[in-house]
Parts: sequence; C-alpha cells; structure tokens
Amino acid sequence: MTENGILHPERVLTLDTMNPNVKRVEYAVRGPIVQRAAQIEKELKEGVKKPFTEVIRANIGDCHAMGQRPITFLRQVLALCTYPELLEDNKFPEDAKSRARRILQACGGGSIGSYSMSQGIELIRQDVARYIERRDGIPSNPDNIFLSAGASDGISTMLKILVSGEGSTRTGVMISIPQYPLYSAALADLGAVQINYYLDEANNWGMDVSELRRALAEAKKHCAPRALCVINPGNPTGQVQSRKCIEEVIRFAAEENLFLMADEVYQDNVYAEGCKFHSFKKVLFEMGPKYSEKVELASFHSTSKCYMGECGFRGGYMELINLDPSVKAQLIKMVSVRLCPPVAGQALLDIVMNPPQPEEPSYPTYKKERTAVLDDLAEKAKMTEEIFNKVPGISCNPVQGAMYAFPRIELPQKAIEAAKEKGQVPDMFYCMRLLEEKGICLVPGSGFGQREGTFHFRMTILPPTEKLKVVLEKVKEFHLDFTAQYS
Amino acid sequence: MHRLPSSANRSLIAGALEQYQALVMRRKSQSVRQESVRFKTQGPIESYGLKRYSTREAAVAAKSKIREKTLTMETLNPQVKAVEYAVRGPIVMKADEIERCLREGGKQPFTEVIKANIGDAHAMGQRPITFLRQVVALCTFPELMDSPSFPEDAKQRAHRILQGCGGTSLGSYSASQGVECIRRDVAAYIEQRDQGVPSDYDNIYLTTGASDGIVSILRMLVSGQGPSRTGVMIPIPQYPLYSAALAEMEAVQVNYYLDEGNCWALDVNELHRAYQAAKEHCLPRVICIINPGNPTGQVQSRKCIEEVLHFAYEENLFVLSDEVYQDNVYASGCQFHSFKKVLYEMGPEYFNSVELASFHSTSKGYTGECGFRGGYMEVLNLDPEVKAQLLKLRSVQLCPPVSGQAAMDVIVNPPQPHEPSFASFQQEKAAVLGELADKAKLTEEILNSVPGIHCNPVQGAMYAFPRLFIPPKAVEQATALGMKPDMLYCLRLLEETGICLVPGSGFGQRDGTYHFRMTILPSKDKLKVLLDKVRDFHIQFLKEYEGTVEAPQQ
Repeated sequence: MTENGILHPERVLTLDTMNPNVKRVEYAVRGPIVQRAAQIEKELKEGVKKPFTEVIRANIGDCHAMGQRPITFLRQVLALCTYPELLEDNKFPEDAKSRARRILQACGGGSIGSYSMSQGIELIRQDVARYIERRDGIPSNPDNIFLSAGASDGISTMLKILVSGEGSTRTGVMISIPQYPLYSAALADLGAVQINYYLDEANNWGMDVSELRRALAEAKKHCAPRALCVINPGNPTGQVQSRKCIEEVIRFAAEENLFLMADEVYQDNVYAEGCKFHSFKKVLFEMGPKYSEKVELASFHSTSKCYMGECGFRGGYMELINLDPSVKAQLIKMVSVRLCPPVAGQALLDIVMNPPQPEEPSYPTYKKERTAVLDDLAEKAKMTEEIFNKVPGISCNPVQGAMYAFPRIELPQKAIEAAKEKGQVPDMFYCMRLLEEKGICLVPGSGFGQREGTFHFRMTILPPTEKLKVVLEKVKEFHLDFTAQYS
Repeated sequence: MHRLPSSANRSLIAGALEQYQALVMRRKSQSVRQESVRFKTQGPIESYGLKRYSTREAAVAAKSKIREKTLTMETLNPQVKAVEYAVRGPIVMKADEIERCLREGGKQPFTEVIKANIGDAHAMGQRPITFLRQVVALCTFPELMDSPSFPEDAKQRAHRILQGCGGTSLGSYSASQGVECIRRDVAAYIEQRDQGVPSDYDNIYLTTGASDGIVSILRMLVSGQGPSRTGVMIPIPQYPLYSAALAEMEAVQVNYYLDEGNCWALDVNELHRAYQAAKEHCLPRVICIINPGNPTGQVQSRKCIEEVLHFAYEENLFVLSDEVYQDNVYASGCQFHSFKKVLYEMGPEYFNSVELASFHSTSKGYTGECGFRGGYMEVLNLDPEVKAQLLKLRSVQLCPPVSGQAAMDVIVNPPQPHEPSFASFQQEKAAVLGELADKAKLTEEILNSVPGIHCNPVQGAMYAFPRLFIPPKAVEQATALGMKPDMLYCLRLLEETGICLVPGSGFGQRDGTYHFRMTILPSKDKLKVLLDKVRDFHIQFLKEYEGTVEAPQQ
C-alpha cells in the first residue's frame, strides 16, 4: 500500500491484525463528533468562515474548561505540596500549610515525586474512610479503600478482575441503558457480555427492578451474569435514586448473587427539591446483617465532578465491601503493576475528604466558593430543563443531579432517511448538523444507548449561565429549522 | 539439613509460602479481636476514626464462609491470577509489614528498613529539580505568577502550558493524546536529541508514566488464537511490567537471553534462536528492548541497535524500545543512541517501514519524578487506521494526569543558556547524574569484592543485578520450603538486615543462576552501609550453608 507516495510493504499492525476487542471499543464522549469539533476549531483559527465564531464543547463534564474556577484552598495545598519552599511564604493560610505538611510527611522522602503504595497513601486512605463514616454514619476501613487515577481506573480494574469463563459461562455485566460509555467500552475491551437494563424515561429515568429481572432472565440463557453496575446520580440521565429503589436493587443483587458496582461520582451534585443522595453502602448496612454481611459492593468516587471539577488531576477512590481476602490480594498485585495513582491527584483527593472546618481560617472562602458552584449548577439544571421543554419536539426530564441533560428529540421520518443515506445513525446526523451549523458540540444519544426508535443527545449544563442561555437558544433555533427542513 | 533460626523460619513461611495471603489473613484476625459492630453514628466520628478495623464484614469473616461469594479465587479472571510483579511482590509486602512492626515498637535486629527494591529516587532522599517544581507549582496555583520569588523563565513556561489547557486550568481534561503544546515540545526535544531526525507531534502520545504507554501498545498488538496468537519477544532478565502485561493479555512471552558473560549485551544470534523456537507455537510479531537495561544496566552500542533493527526489519517485527533511562548513562565510552535515530541513519528502506514505538518518562533520568506519572511515547510508521484505534482506546481513560504532562514539558523544554534559571538547573542536574555515576561505580566495586558475588559494570540505568553463588544446601532448603533459592536469600537478607531487594527470579534468569536487583539510589553513605551489610550477610550465608568460606578480600 502507499501513503504519501511511500511504499509500505507489509505492516505488522493493521486493522486486520490488531486486537479485535480493541476494535469493538466505542467511546462516544470523545468520539467522531468531538474529533470533528477539534477540526472546526482549527479551521476557525486558520480564518475559515463559519456561521459562528467559536465551538462550544458541551460534550463532556469538564468544568474548568467551561470556565469554572478551581477552589482556592485545594490549589493552595497542592502548590505547597509541589513546591514546599512555599511553606515559608506568609501569603498561604496556616490550615493549607498544615494539610500540606501532613500529606508530605506521608510521602516517601517527603516528596510527591516518590511512588506511593500501589493502593494509595495510607494516611489519605484513612482520611477517605473517615469521610465515608461522616457521610454514612457507618464504619469504613482504610484497608478497603483503593485510591485510583480518576474513577474510570477503578471501574476498569474491578471489571477486569470480574471477567472470566467462556461461552455460556462468560461473565455478564448488567449496565443501565442509557449508560456512561466507559462501561460498554471496558466490557468490549475485556470481551465480557454486556447485559442491558433500561431506565424508565417516562418515570424520570427511574430504575425498575422488574426490568432488572427481565434483563437477567434473558441473559442467563447465554452467559453467566455476575455483576450489576448502577450510576447514581445518573450519567447521562441525571436522575437521583430514591432510598427505596436502592434497597430494591440491593435485595435483587443479594438474591441473584451479583457483585454490585455503584458509580457515585456525582454524589455532591444533587439539585432537585426532595432528592437526596444515599450511598449504596449506607443503605446496604441499614438493611441489616443479612445483606451487609453478604453483598459484595464496590463504590467509586472521583475529584473530577461535584464542586471541585478537578478532572485533570485524575484523583479518585473505590471502597470495597465483602471482597474475598484472597481476591483482595490479587487486586493489590494487579494495581501494583501500574505502580501507583498520580500522587498529586491523591493529595487533591485528601483535601476533598478533609476540607477546612468552621474553626479554620480558610473555611469562609471555601464554603462560599463551594456553595457558589453548586447553587449555580442547580440554577442551570432548572433553566436547561425549562428551556428545552418549551421547544416542540424536545422533551427533557428534570435534571435532578449530575451535570447533564439528556432530552429526547423527535426526528422527522425524512431526516431519518437522510441519515441512513449518509450511513449515520439519526441522532449522530442531527448532532453533526448542529455542530456544523451552530458550533455546538453535543453527544448523540446512540453513544449512550437508548430504546430503539427513540433519539436523544447529552449536553452538559456546565457553561456559564449567560453562555448556556445562548447554547440553549441556538439548539432551539436549530431544532426548529431542522424539523421544518425535513417535514 | 541446616536449621534456620526459628524466627526466620516462621516468617519465611508466612512471607513466601502463603505469599499475599499471609498479610491479609493476619490483618483479618486482628480485626476480629476488636469486634464491635456499629450501625448509624455512635458518638462523634472522630472518636472511632483512624485505627479501628472493626466493620461488619470483619466479624463475618470470622464466622467462616456463610455463602459463596460472587468473586472468589475460583471465579476470578484467570489472567489476573497469572500476573506476577516482583518489584512490588511478596518481599516488598513483607518489608511493609516489618516497617509497620518497627513503627509500633516491635523488636528487629535493625532500626530501619532500606527499600532498595524500586527506582524511587525521591523516596531515597534525592531532591526535586527546583525549576520543575516551580513551573508545576505556578501551573497549579497561578496566583503565584505575581510572586517575585519565582523566576521569569518558570513563569513564562507555566503561562504557556496553561494557555494549552482548557479554561487555562490544570484541572480540565486534556486531549486524550495530551496537551498539544506539550506534544510539540516533545517533538522538538526528540529532533534535537537525535541530531535533526524529524519528529511529528502527531506521533507523540503523552502517557501516565511509561508503563501506561507500553501496556497500550501491547494491547493493540495482541490477537489470534493457538499458533497464530501474538508472541512478544522480551529480554531475560526483563523489567516485569512486560511479563505481567503479557500474562494479563494472554499473549505468548518469547524469551531472549542477554549475555551475562558479555556485560549483559544483546546478541542477535540469540534473537534468531528465540524467534525460530517460538515460531513453532505462536506468531512472533513484536520485540521489546530496554536500553539502558533494567534490571541489567547495560547500554547498547550503536552497532548492536543496528543489528536489532535489521533483524526486526527482516522478520517483520514491531519494535518497542523502552528508553526511560536515556539520561542515565555513566560508564565512559558508553553513549545513549535512540532506536529512532539509528533507524533513520540506516536509510529510507528501514525508516519507511519498521514500526517503532519508543517510551520515555518523568520518573527516571535526573528528575526522578515518579509520583507525577508523566511520560510519552513516539510511534513511527503506525498504520493511520490503527492510529485512530489507538486514540479511541486511549480516550476511554480520558487523559493522562495533566500535572504529569506539565512535568514532562519541563524535562523536554529545560532552561536555555540565556535564561535566569539555566545555571542552577544545570548544576542540580549535573549533581544528580554525577552522584549516580559515582554510586554505580562504588556498587560494582564493593559487590565484586565479595566472594560468591559477581557484578557486571553498571553502565547505565539505576540498578545493579549481580550474580550470586547460592550453596547447594541452601538451594535444597529453598526447594523444600517451596520457594526460589534467591527468594529465600532475599527474605533472609530482609529479616536479618532490613534491606529489601528483589530476587532475580522476579526478572527472569538462566536456569541455575541466581541474582538480585538493587537500586543504586540511596545516598552515598547509606549505600556504603547497605553494601557492607549485604557483604556481611552473604559471607555469613555461605558459612552457614557451606561450613567453610574464604576470608573476605577487603
């Protein structure tokens, strides 16, 4: 074959010879539409004329990229850890300094440049355990905490150790539809069987145990279902699970002997009146020893979401309940091959777990910044839902939590046919057109999964209020034009 | 049969026979003793924080198995079971346990554990390079840009990096391939290092340490079943990331042996032998090279690299060159040559066809910034469609840590002669590398003065990998205990002296030979103490198992 006039005899690594599991991986959040967005940005920079002046990336929950400011205290402690000479600088508050000193003392050679234990710095794991205890009122053991490079790292690791068997004994993993595509991507990569259970759009994306039963019964015919993944608050769907629903899910997992994975990275992002975050762990223990001594549970958290939005630092943790001790040893071995999660991310996580207390000097500022971020998000969640629901052909469930709206869009038959002609799924066709015409980058619902014949997109609510209004107005305009054009 | 001191005997069994299990079981029994069950809050959280290991599940564990767990050793991913990683393996866990015991006031025949098992420079007391930390601190807390105590060149770099970040914050996700301006700096650095050989920033991928890049490329490469399953050639001894990754992916590990008799040099005839033998049961498609060598410390000659590339070209192999120690070359007459540069110098027939991925990291060199998990890989002649697949695969994990990317940027774009930080930067860099060179020499010399130990020159990297004579009676005893002889040796060394080394069996070695890997990173004084202790231990060990031994030559 030739390329740029150069002859390439026979490559070792081609599409035909590469790992077939990797080929099956799909990850829409950074998929073709995002690559096209990057191209358009480049074209704009080179002076190409477009009907807009900037691309607005509402495809990913990337708070700082959307203008959210870092929480001052977090960054102060991290700067002190990075450059301890600053501990002499009187511009830094004492509570930041004492935290930095404490973290550095727990690092090899007093430097965040040394490797940590593979499971994460012990002191930080203790702080995580205490944070969980405060949150849940249930004991937490630092030995059950594993720090990770963002939550994704922990989730992939747990899935990896769960997958085994061949043919009809191959591990099946139940995931929600719509889902966050890390799950489908990891399962494809591992060659595990993906078992879809559908969230109920008509009921605010609620989770329904009879649907879990249906999905499980069907799956049992061709694989061995062994794990159930739940995202709460939901991504991309934004629902917050009720305590009662969580109880039902736990009971189901106990009956069916399923390993529970609870993705709780949006635990601080709950906006809707009457909604409250309940951790799976807390509910499990409140259900009594019959469950708390039995159900295997991994729950995940991260520094990337909530009020911090520190995605770039790749901080996170998982807590493991009722894990077989010898499996835990295997897990430690497994994570040790990658040496350790980024230590700066671990330090950041520590501050999130151990924030300024009322008697400390940084408390007022910290409290103010944190509240501002969360209030702002709550307001934007409401506004997004309201504006979308005014557009004929768009219906949006309340954004009870997390950082996304996942509205349903009606697409005219002619548009569906036009998409087919281009070899695209209809909502991809829609989102591509939106990107080309308005410069707004959203992710098509098909990247998350949806009931057949329904179409959606995911949009973050992160842009600043004024910008978000513009985005919503533009989507509205586009949707009306698009519908008119194909009717 | 010789008798071990009883305490050593106990711990040997606990530490090695039951391997990982031992630790876990012991902790479990501790928790059981402090049984106390809590529901909801009982008094202030602070009063039952830190040291309490008393959850419901601990109590459950005590009552023996109530039910089948979903995830057990029987149902675990079997490939995970097959993974081994000696650098943080059972001996290191044992060391952690002893440290804990010392902290809690337990008695040991020594006062501290010296962990010479891993190339962790800062943990061994090496100071960070000031300029690097200044830039990363400025990126982390940009309010410092107004501070007069930071030099202009550091501020200018931080400013540039932040301009490349979404919302000018290290807290935003970067492109999955890495921040673009940092990739451009990496490409410029490679061009300069390789004396003008072009580098395209589109071929650069920033990674979470080098390990992450190596695993990604291997994952792409592994396919086929039975005799068409991908075979990957790796050196023996190797850095166990390779064997661990291959076990996890169920790829076929194809061993080629480095020549200990010739300073651990790579011999192309041995490559041919290994390749031919492997072809009978798998499809060898990849060759991995570590240069400078880990754990073996050799620096490959230009000629040898040419031969390897020629071999890869002839046999159509994808080349992975692990070059994370490229700045760590100490021996006079040795020089680092990148595989990429040599490939270009071999002419278009080679550089237009051989597929190459090379790896670098912030963790080694003179910076030793392991905790930041920074690194990059450069790919060459990668099929464009495969490149798209690689990008997709990497995007699932979103991006490498951005502060690690910033640290990488400083390494590839250090202060220039006209800049204010140049002098102190150069001085710090030279001090670290100069000291490492001294310690490489010192280690080789002292080890070679011990009867029954032979150590090749540490030409580069950060480790000595000496060969040990282990008396047949010790081998017998190890076999009886169900462990490798060099594991027995290293465990006894740890028990008796507090020194933590990694047995050669964790890296692979020719049958019947025994080694250990030891970093040369401890401060000079500490290193001397360590080497003296190893010498005394070794002599004592020989005495114990052989009865007689020559007096050590001082």
